[in-house]
Amino acid sequence: MAKKIPQINASSMADISFLLLIFFLVTTSMDVNQGLTRRLPAPIPPDQKIEDTDINKRNLLIVKINSANQLMVQGQEMSVKQLREKAKEFIANVNDDANLPKLYEEDFGGQIGVVKYAKNHVISVQNDVDTQYQAYLDVQNELVAAYNELRDECAHKYYHKAFNELDEDDQKLIQKVYPQKISEAEPKNYGGN
Amino acid sequence: MAKIRRNEKREMPALNTSSLPDIIFMLLFFFMSVTSMKEVTYKVQIQNPSATELTKLEKKSLVRYIYVGTPTKEFQKAFGSETRIQLDDAFADKSEIADYIINERSAMNESEQGLMTVSIKADKETRMGVIADIKQELRKAYALKISYAATQRTNY
Repeated sequence: MAKKIPQINASSMADISFLLLIFFLVTTSMDVNQGLTRRLPAPIPPDQKIEDTDINKRNLLIVKINSANQLMVQGQEMSVKQLREKAKEFIANVNDDANLPKLYEEDFGGQIGVVKYAKNHVISVQNDVDTQYQAYLDVQNELVAAYNELRDECAHKYYHKAFNELDEDDQKLIQKVYPQKISEAEPKNYGGN
Repeated sequence: MAKIRRNEKREMPALNTSSLPDIIFMLLFFFMSVTSMKEVTYKVQIQNPSATELTKLEKKSLVRYIYVGTPTKEFQKAFGSETRIQLDDAFADKSEIADYIINERSAMNESEQGLMTVSIKADKETRMGVIADIKQELRKAYALKISYAATQRTNY
């Protein structure tokens, strides 16, 4: 007959696991990492002069934020809430307006086919040194929202689906139709505060 | 007829606790999987700004953080109440950012170096001058993928 193995006393196991549990509760945080992702332009080599690249005026949407967090879009005062519509109007240029970005025809293939799109448009965000971070993010957020809405509309039009339900290739195609071009200007010193 | 037992002492039966460790372990594993380790102890006060169009940062190992805000109470005597930058566990000057990023990147796997994202966690009251400086430093270090950390909000 095999020898009987004495039972291990496991009554302290609960305490040990409780300790572990509490340790993890204290050291961890629940919050998920999320944010507005952006891509910065590559640095300019030091021996090169900063050149103001000449962008056709009609292709450019200038959004300025001053130190009091007020907005000026194309020389017009505006609230943040109006910015999304303005940006959408600018990016899409549905009626081929002569003051809005020039449209180019291109064959995207797939289900989209030949579409006119604003190839060279640029949205330029310029801020003051004293602008609040929240105000700056609000503006960025609205611009990204404008692109997202346009892409979603495009997805519904050609695929009859929401943009995030599409597979990756189709998403890339739509991203080509509405390329995200938000430029972060070189910081300039405007003088004064 | 019912017996009246007077002399027998009534004792509570011992609760069987043998499954307690298993339950606690399950809780433990649950918390371990849904939460993430604190990256650092904050030396600056940060109230995240809010936004709606957020994207999640997928791979934690590819993300490095830069914290921006005013020093917490205990550090205000030594460091003042001006906006400060924190890298890892210490206050840093903006000139140290480029070195920090380059160091961190060279410690990464070579195939992952191009995917590094820098998350800027800044207080919502921060002035853009500081943020613009940080962005310039990041450009110098070729850390071009950045993310402005923010919390989700539903509308205005």
